[in-house]
Amino acid sequence: MSRLQVVSGKGGTGKTTVAAALALALATEGKRTLLVEVEGRQGIAQIFETEALPYEERKIAVAPGGGEVHALAIDAERALLDYLQMFYKLGSAGRALKKLGAIDFATTIAPGVRDVLLTGKVCEAVRRKERSGRFVYDYVVMDAPPTGRITRFLNVNDEVAGLARIGPIHNQAQAVMRVLKSPETAVHLVTLLEEMPVQETVDGIAELRAARLPVGRVIVNMVRPELLDAADLELVGAVPRSSVARSLSSAGLGGARRGGHAERLVDPLLAQAEEYAERYALEAEQRAALAEVDLPRHELPMLAEGMDLAGLYALAKELRAQGVS
Amino acid sequence: MSRRPEPEHAHDPAHTDQAPSGGPARSARPGLSPAPVLDVDPLIEDRGTRIVVCCGSGGVGKTTTAAALGLRAAERGRKVVVLTIDPARRLAQSMGIDSLDNIPRRVKGIDESAGGELHAMMLDMKRTFDEIVEAHADPERASAILGNPFYQSLSAGFAGTQEYMAMEKLGQLRARDEWDLIVVDTPPSRSALDFLDAPKRLGSFLDGKLIRVLLTPAKVGGRAGMKFLNVGMSMMTGVLGKVLGGQLLGDMQTFVAAMDSMFGGFRTRADATFRLLQAPGTAFLVVAAPERDALREAAYFVERLAAEDMPLAGLVLNRVHGSEADRLSAERALAAAENLEDSRIVDQEDGKAGLRNSPDTYESSAGSAAETATPEAPGTPAQDVAPDGGSPATVDDTDTDTGAGVGSADEVDAERSVDRFTAGLLRLHAERMRLLSREQRTRDRFTALHPEVAVTEVAALPGDVHDLTGLRDIGDRLAANRPELPEASA
Repeated sequence: MSRLQVVSGKGGTGKTTVAAALALALATEGKRTLLVEVEGRQGIAQIFETEALPYEERKIAVAPGGGEVHALAIDAERALLDYLQMFYKLGSAGRALKKLGAIDFATTIAPGVRDVLLTGKVCEAVRRKERSGRFVYDYVVMDAPPTGRITRFLNVNDEVAGLARIGPIHNQAQAVMRVLKSPETAVHLVTLLEEMPVQETVDGIAELRAARLPVGRVIVNMVRPELLDAADLELVGAVPRSSVARSLSSAGLGGARRGGHAERLVDPLLAQAEEYAERYALEAEQRAALAEVDLPRHELPMLAEGMDLAGLYALAKELRAQGVS
Repeated sequence: MSRRPEPEHAHDPAHTDQAPSGGPARSARPGLSPAPVLDVDPLIEDRGTRIVVCCGSGGVGKTTTAAALGLRAAERGRKVVVLTIDPARRLAQSMGIDSLDNIPRRVKGIDESAGGELHAMMLDMKRTFDEIVEAHADPERASAILGNPFYQSLSAGFAGTQEYMAMEKLGQLRARDEWDLIVVDTPPSRSALDFLDAPKRLGSFLDGKLIRVLLTPAKVGGRAGMKFLNVGMSMMTGVLGKVLGGQLLGDMQTFVAAMDSMFGGFRTRADATFRLLQAPGTAFLVVAAPERDALREAAYFVERLAAEDMPLAGLVLNRVHGSEADRLSAERALAAAENLEDSRIVDQEDGKAGLRNSPDTYESSAGSAAETATPEAPGTPAQDVAPDGGSPATVDDTDTDTGAGVGSADEVDAERSVDRFTAGLLRLHAERMRLLSREQRTRDRFTALHPEVAVTEVAALPGDVHDLTGLRDIGDRLAANRPELPEASA
């Protein structure tokens, strides 16, 4: 089991939710996980229903069985200032740089530099040990940038190679790449059973593989329950309306005659079934497309009541049941 | 009024020949916070509307909304160009813009009888940036910039470059004045607001204090009055050199020096685009799905647009689930489904018992088991249901029997299978109603906070949109002014 679990996915697929659920799932039996976000969105705080996270590691949840989830929202500017402080003891000169806009410049305009700082901080947390020699965190889960940018983000070495051929940034990038390309890391992609997210997932996996980054699992999120099976679907276009009306009526939903309560339900209910059938067929196509990438695939249910803290624990339980942790 | 084609929409009864101005206003919603209805037809038909910007968080259907609006406007007589950022492959192909060449292409297959045209293009951010450089620097300097690793990194990867280039392209298209309506899709930012901030941020970097610091060693030399300042600056560049590596700093300085002539231009252009977005001919549409995160982003955006004096036309709420049977609650549907299933289980147990006890009297018993599963479609499912019911020949016999005689036993069986199916319909409806009430709560939270924002709801489609027919359908749904979700029950 890789100690650094990177979670990416197309926008709108719920990658932050899945990352949070995974962090909870991995925090079993006294284990400690660190959940990290790198895009300054405060998505973790929203999911765990806490106030905005500062740039420091803090415990945000306790998992069943005594495990702990800690969280960190990495801020690239602060990471650079810390880094300057650590290596150069800059003190007030750091503040002067910030005032000039140099920090902003370095962390924003030079994308490689920013990514090295973010992934560098994550890798530091992965490798950090207590005095006893035990790792501080058993697992680190990163809520990473979306699928379209993930390879570039993780492949910091290539990214800064053109910019910094020597010097501390270069060295930092080398160290980061050693962790990211090792079996210590697994990159998971979150998708929905819809055409665009699946296409992006398939493309993303190809890019990650080409860059020799370790791809982990495909996690299909928000899967709707299967309420009509293949036999039912055969009936959708064929069943006589009157018999459905009689059946509804016998279930206590009013009269089956023309204009009766039950009879008026027939068309809307059959229309919903037709939509379901269409979606069912499309989802089967997407599952087939995902099967071709040859990775372990997991499915998480759509939560009827929407995402909340209780839902998060339910997803974590599901992930654990599916053997992800 | 401009003529438009009427595609067939058997499933969309609300789509009628309603006057584009809205007809009888449906905005009179009961409840505590009646949200005004967003009427898109008057917006896109108004010749004064020159730019429509579709914004919102990722994955809510911005691109599709932009394309559908563009198509609808064109078929109503406007000369439209749609600037898309990252369209789905098949949608781009159907519009003929799958080659990423940064040139607007005329879309074929639309109804131009009202005098309109539809052009579409896909943004190539690197190319747009390259073109700016080539247009604003002499060839020698341009090639120095284009070859600089710093520039390459900036033009391909800076988180705000795409946003900046989208705005740049918008400015260019507007300046060409070949179209009377420009519909813009915005990049899939980590946050919907990036798209407003990035141009300013990039602009301020490119002519900020730091740039002057970096330029100093190369430019100012040792002018007397600047001496004190120079000491500070060389210390600063010294520190930067140490941190970033000398070669990196060198590249950065070369880059900055080469770009120097363009900095003023960047700021001016960013400012001009910003003003363009505030101009009266511009309308913003915030696109969202009825989900907590998407609507939270939408709310931020609404507030931000107000703060920046940018004109918001309204909210497009995509992927909304409605139901024609919304008077039947989830609870009642589930209870009814249980009723049906309870009686079915009792019946089926009888049938199976008969089947197991008397494998040779297949004519009645085995027939009933197969019937229970598939009265309309004999074949594989029947075999699934009665694997232990006898030889395959038995099942085959049953199938032929089905067509032959309609005994009262068969009728009972058919009824049972319909009951089973109907129970499925009811469970499906219950799921729909739960989803619907969640979406309703999410929407109501938004409208309570922003009652002034006009809303149009677009029903969820089972699949993706790939072609002009699909886009037309979305356009009809956008303009139908039909609330999909029931009113707040307050």
